[in-house]
Amino acid sequence: MKNFIVTSIGKKVAMAISAIFLMIFLLQHFLINITSVFSEDIFNMLSHFMGTNFLVQFILQPILIFGVIFHFVMGFYLETQNRRATKYEYYKERGGANSTWMSRNMIWSGLVVLSFLVLHFIDFWIPEINYKYVEFLPEDPNRYYEELVHKFENMWRVVFYCISFILLSLHLLHGFSSALKSMGTNKSYASSIKNLSYIYSIGIPLGFCFIAIFHHLTH
Amino acid sequence: MSKKKLTFSLNYRRPKSEYKSSDELMICIRYYHKCSKTNKTKIIKKSTGVKCRLSDWNSDWHKSSSRTPVMDSDPNHKKKNKLLKEKVKTFDINELFMNINNDSFSTYINSHLPKGDLDKKWTNHKNTINLVSPANKRNIDVIVVGTGLAGGSACATLAELGYNVKAFCFQDSPRRAHSIAAQGGINAAKNYQGDGDSIYRLFYDTVKGGDYRSREENVYRLAEVSANIIDQCVAQGVPFARDYGGLLDNRSFGGVLVSRTFYAKGQTGQQLLLGAYSAMNRQIARGKIKMYNRHEMLDVVLVDGKARGIITRNLVNGEIERYSAHAVVLATGGYGNVFYLSTNAMGSNVTAAWKAHKRGAYFANPCFTQIHPTCIPVSGDHQSKLTLMSESLRNDGRIWVPKNIDDVEEIRNGNLKPTDIKEEDRDYFLERRYPAFGNLVPRDVASRAAKERCDAGFGVNKTGEAVYLDFASSISRYGKEQALVNGEDENNEEIIEKLGKEIIKKKYGNLFQMYEKIVDQNPYETPMMIYPAVHYTMGGIWVDYNLMTTIPGLYAIGEANFSDHGANRLGASALMQGLADGYFVLPYTIGDYLSDEISTGPIANDTEEFIIAEKEAKEKLDTLINNKGSKSVDYFHKKLGKIMWNKCGMARNKKDLEFAISEISKLRKEFWKEVKVPGDQNEFNEELAKAGRVADFLELGELFAKDALERKESCGGHFREEYQTKEGEATRKKEYQFVSAWEYVGEPKDAILHKEKLEYKNIEVKERSYK
Amino acid sequence: MKLTLKIWRQKNFKTKGLIVNYEIDNISPDMSFLEMLDVLNADLISKDEDPVSFDHDCREGICGSCSLFINGQAHGPDRRITTCQLHMRKFKDGDTIFIEPFRAKAFPVIKDLVVDRTAFDRIQQSGGYISVNTSGNTQDANSIPINKDDADDAFDAATCIGCGACVATCKNSSAMLFVGAKVSQYSLLPQGQTEASRRVINMVNQMDLEGFGNCSNTGACEVECPKGISLDNIARMNRELMKASIKK
Repeated sequence: MKNFIVTSIGKKVAMAISAIFLMIFLLQHFLINITSVFSEDIFNMLSHFMGTNFLVQFILQPILIFGVIFHFVMGFYLETQNRRATKYEYYKERGGANSTWMSRNMIWSGLVVLSFLVLHFIDFWIPEINYKYVEFLPEDPNRYYEELVHKFENMWRVVFYCISFILLSLHLLHGFSSALKSMGTNKSYASSIKNLSYIYSIGIPLGFCFIAIFHHLTH
Repeated sequence: MSKKKLTFSLNYRRPKSEYKSSDELMICIRYYHKCSKTNKTKIIKKSTGVKCRLSDWNSDWHKSSSRTPVMDSDPNHKKKNKLLKEKVKTFDINELFMNINNDSFSTYINSHLPKGDLDKKWTNHKNTINLVSPANKRNIDVIVVGTGLAGGSACATLAELGYNVKAFCFQDSPRRAHSIAAQGGINAAKNYQGDGDSIYRLFYDTVKGGDYRSREENVYRLAEVSANIIDQCVAQGVPFARDYGGLLDNRSFGGVLVSRTFYAKGQTGQQLLLGAYSAMNRQIARGKIKMYNRHEMLDVVLVDGKARGIITRNLVNGEIERYSAHAVVLATGGYGNVFYLSTNAMGSNVTAAWKAHKRGAYFANPCFTQIHPTCIPVSGDHQSKLTLMSESLRNDGRIWVPKNIDDVEEIRNGNLKPTDIKEEDRDYFLERRYPAFGNLVPRDVASRAAKERCDAGFGVNKTGEAVYLDFASSISRYGKEQALVNGEDENNEEIIEKLGKEIIKKKYGNLFQMYEKIVDQNPYETPMMIYPAVHYTMGGIWVDYNLMTTIPGLYAIGEANFSDHGANRLGASALMQGLADGYFVLPYTIGDYLSDEISTGPIANDTEEFIIAEKEAKEKLDTLINNKGSKSVDYFHKKLGKIMWNKCGMARNKKDLEFAISEISKLRKEFWKEVKVPGDQNEFNEELAKAGRVADFLELGELFAKDALERKESCGGHFREEYQTKEGEATRKKEYQFVSAWEYVGEPKDAILHKEKLEYKNIEVKERSYK
Repeated sequence: MKLTLKIWRQKNFKTKGLIVNYEIDNISPDMSFLEMLDVLNADLISKDEDPVSFDHDCREGICGSCSLFINGQAHGPDRRITTCQLHMRKFKDGDTIFIEPFRAKAFPVIKDLVVDRTAFDRIQQSGGYISVNTSGNTQDANSIPINKDDADDAFDAATCIGCGACVATCKNSSAMLFVGAKVSQYSLLPQGQTEASRRVINMVNQMDLEGFGNCSNTGACEVECPKGISLDNIARMNRELMKASIKK
């Protein structure tokens, strides 16, 4: 198993596992956030649960952070390796003739998503950690919705969020099926995977955009 | 007869006065033979392989007490005289005359055929030949030149047995050898279809297909081991076509009445070669094969009359290198490219075989060339090679030309489409002439019939050199069958056409696609155009039953030798022969020779013979580079090709052949004067490699024409216009039932003819009829 | 037709190369691409210039020798063919055509358009075979029936001609399609099972050692492959390697 990880395929599979894990997280994140559109109470309840549950906070959250860091560090590492393997550039290359833009530019869409993550951490995660574990402010199970709404008051932030989600969508449009392919899925599932990939990669970022715009407009 | 009658002489080819004292001439053994019937005396000569300068020749040698023909002034006189003595000692007169008719004089060549019943010969032979012990095998080196089916399989098996193999190919990888382009399939007497096939039938079909010009024993052995080849290849992971029951599928091929051809779509050669290549890879990984890619063999080196190594040029950096071994195996394929346009790969060449011939290996039946009937016609002067489409197309395609010459004109002008010609206005000439075999007659017959129609003015393309191959009736036949199976309306033309096309696509999809890419016409809608093209050469280096050439320690296998296909090869037999030679024959028979070499020790590659051969090779390349003529190599190659195709092609006659000999000889002289090779010797230089190859083709072409001229009969792929029946069929002659083995003495046209008489004890020699 | 050719010229693997322009006239649309280059070379030889070197042999799309990157695509603009099967009717009069060698770190240029693809050979040597000796006593070919679909899939994988278009096309210079095809061929056949684990591990290790890049499933290789080898073979290789690693 140790030898597996060092092979190119091993790294590819590790990349895929971290991606699948992140996609599951993203789905979960989305499902909680979308409740904010319908019901302030449910959103607050779920957020409070997530924010205070020991398992989530001290086991899943570190794993998630590790997953995020692993995914982008590995991404960079593979990219530099690939650049080394393609030492010489073509004078003329028509990549569009045989592959999608998304598949060829994962590093760029990934970087935009990464910069988004930085902002997102500054916006939500750092204040949250600050609130809970630095200043030890008292628990308020109803503060989450207010914080969310407050963040989307700034139009430029909403615009940046939306752009990032479009890039995320592109990242996922290739990433979703690519991760499953790396895991060695059989060709008999190919068409279902493709459909699922479209639903997921367009649906979820679109949903996130909707949440941001919704709160920007309604408050 | 005693050996006292033997004398030595120089082999003068021109009047003595024309020679300078510095000229080198071959020393021959002469024997004065008195024919008992005619009471005439005839001189029989046999080359000794030793050359001598005129000034060093001791014409009074028989008077001197030491009997030394080469004088002290020759630096190698001791060696040479010793060798000559040896030659006389081993010169077997009894064998020489054992097999000769009283009316035909010729030196007898010993094929080392085993005794006994035909079906036991190979087994007995294997049981009785000498073996090399495993401990000794690892001290013995074998060089294999060429890594196609024969070479690749030989390398793998020799290495498995324990020999140290050095393998050479001019391509960038052994996997690119031209065996890869074979499409149709491989024959084997497995009788999986239960249609009455057997070893004897395969043997019979091959000998008959070869028009009784192949060696009975070799062909029988080939048929015997054919079944093993399929087993071996399946074990190696070759994905042959299978039926729904999971068992191997077969198809039928031209010239036979059973289904015995195994195939992998239209890429059988590729799959078999990759199988041999993978077996090689396994041995390369074990270190038993040392692989030399992009190396071209320039010469074979003889030490004391035995093949002991080769000289090569590294095509990447131009370095000339010497490699030594205890035996050398040539698996260098055929020489179809002497015609310039052929279905051979651009790099296929005769250089290795020709160099061996120049060093003393006899070249057998050079004029036996196969012209394949189903190739894509030439489209213009720019054409660099011809593309073959598998003969299997003839299973379902019907060949025709219009009956009326007016229709031909209209088609050429583009006013009529072939599909416009009504059924009754079509001349299905193969079905008409050969009702029993129809479109499945052997290749030579089909090719000549197409040429006959085109010569009569019925060719259907602009150049007038094409006939139609039509799948319409197969499409409707298959469509109807399938409609019945599917329970659909079997009278609905549309459904039938759709289903029929699907079936044809499954069977020949890749061939149809290839045709469409090249010709830009859709063969599902309009008939294909085809014309014969040079495809395979049955002739090659003469070998005995052990596949050894007339040079001890030099072997030739696969298309490079001559033994199994006679005057015409049946479809799907080339792959069979290549693999049989490489996997199952040579690895055993070579042991017989190598068993004498176990105490020889490593062969040095810095002896005088190697250094001289290397120097000669280098000088030749230097001459080419420094020539600075005015014409490119391709100019000469194309010109040679034209002569060959027009004068020595599908139909030959005395006048044309004599013309060809003198033309080629002239062209060769012009080549050495006018050729221009750009670049340097010490670099990657494709033109230089090409120049060397064309230089050898220019010599071979002459011998080719000479052989065709001397064979005064028509048989198989060799058709002499003077020898045909009223209906235009070939007339074979009993007195030409022999193999012509040519010995090199200088100019190719002066080669000495040796005849190996062919006897058929287990098969009745009949008129080959496919009617 | 009249064409402008922009061809990569490089003396040998030590020197640097550059794009050189050539004008060429009287090209017939029925010519193959390589025949067009033959015409160019004949012209160069007559002008005492060094002809352009390129790999080619069978000229019928099966040996895998030819390896040109034409106008930004491996084997040119047409699909499912090699360069030698590309015909000039795919181009228009007055076109400018870029001709470059297959580029990858693992494929060093030997001269002009000729590259060294022996890395592929070494990958195959590391395990691309079934260890069976030529004894003549192997069991009868029909003794193990093989499901037709598996046999067909194995054949499809085995049709790889080893030209290297997949590597040349891949933005990462990955050789996964080539290796995947070979691994697949053997893993689909019962004969290949005995050494399946060893084979896939060794071949993948050798592939990494040769300096090929990683696969990011762009699928470009599948599209440009002259034999249409499917991306599924890569997925199958991934499965095989995972299986092999877990077993180990």
